[in-house]
Amino acid sequence: MGCTAERVAEALRAVARVVAEHREELVRLDREIGDGDHGENLNRGFTALVSKLDGDVPGTPGAVLKSAATTLISVVGGAAGPLYGTAFLRAATSVGDAAELDAGAVAGALRAALEGVVARGKAAVGDKTMVDALTPAVAAASSVAATGGDVAGVLAAAAEAAEQGAESTVPLVARKGRASYLGERSAGHLDPGARSTALLLRTLAGSAR
Amino acid sequence: MIGLVVVSHSGTLADGVAELAGQMAPDVRIVPSGGDGSGGLGTDYLAVAEAISQADTGDGVVVLFDLGSAKMVAEMAAEESAGEVLVVDAPLVEGAVAAAVAAQGDAGLPQVAAAASGAASVGAESVGSSAEPETARTPEAADGSTVDSVSAEVLLTNEVGLHARPAALVARSLTGLDARVVVRFGDQEADATSVLALMGLGAPGGGRVEVTATGPDAPEALRRVTALAARDFDE
Repeated sequence: MGCTAERVAEALRAVARVVAEHREELVRLDREIGDGDHGENLNRGFTALVSKLDGDVPGTPGAVLKSAATTLISVVGGAAGPLYGTAFLRAATSVGDAAELDAGAVAGALRAALEGVVARGKAAVGDKTMVDALTPAVAAASSVAATGGDVAGVLAAAAEAAEQGAESTVPLVARKGRASYLGERSAGHLDPGARSTALLLRTLAGSAR
Repeated sequence: MIGLVVVSHSGTLADGVAELAGQMAPDVRIVPSGGDGSGGLGTDYLAVAEAISQADTGDGVVVLFDLGSAKMVAEMAAEESAGEVLVVDAPLVEGAVAAAVAAQGDAGLPQVAAAASGAASVGAESVGSSAEPETARTPEAADGSTVDSVSAEVLLTNEVGLHARPAALVARSLTGLDARVVVRFGDQEADATSVLALMGLGAPGGGRVEVTATGPDAPEALRRVTALAARDFDE
């Protein structure tokens, strides 16, 4: 079965629940090497998104993603607002007005999201950012989609790769974002943006099962 | 006239920078946008987008920012704006002052942006330039003869000397003239079109500066600067 607007909205509601559960963890990670607002900001953004979806679920998966983008951009603030907002916006553009998304469309949306994040934040793999989680996730998703996997398989592979990618940020010295001001002292900490990206993809994968 | 937007994580900081820059550019729309919109530190996309539209008179807007995510928010808002908007990587305070003065002098969008981004090096030059080797006090052509230049010694009879507002008036008065004007105080000299460089001289009230103008409009440039000083910079 493909991925309808209603299912995308359901998945985003699940993300909101997970972000709320992990709010403290993300705040703690961000306090270690950033300004400490990541958990708070994301939680505020996804809470607002749920309120919006409770009012009305747009008709296509793309429209749901676009609604998420505009909410996150305006409500989240910090770096995460523009970055996640751009990711969702590019994903929305990538899927167009299709009524249902298949595995290829989902993998394509993830790739578009990554390209948006890179364009917005100018980060590369190894800079200790969400790009370190998203880049391997996109590669894994594309490879599963190319070999005939379904949406659940694509997202499961993406989540697995994102988690490993997030873990890989621990020894890195940050070269982007607030953590980069810490220099060597940023090493030894998990990047909060990479962590939230992995959480988000794991939740999407769970919703697609 | 080009408008300015100051984006900061702190509302207090954005307001202060806008206030400071506005002192030297009374007619420029300088709109601060700081904080997360609910009293905390952060950046607020919608507020930044609104600030850009407020600052735009139709000629364009230069946006300055403090830290990384403010840049991203500013860039998103700039992309969504209907007008011409440039997000400029510049030192926030010096950049805002330099951009405001350039905008006040009716400079175009690229020039205002360049004034902001060039502010760092101007500041660096004006500080500690006394360590530089003695330079020729009168510009010389390649053959050693002096080129057309005029100079005058000016007594700063106003109270604060070449402080922020008078420096801005001097810089602004030279807009549109084809002349290079150098103000010398003690063993330091400054380009008179740069507010920051002029302020960096630290010439106090009661001090004497030497003003040298070179180029086709040199006499008019000198006349304007000396006239300003004679009027105590309209204090």
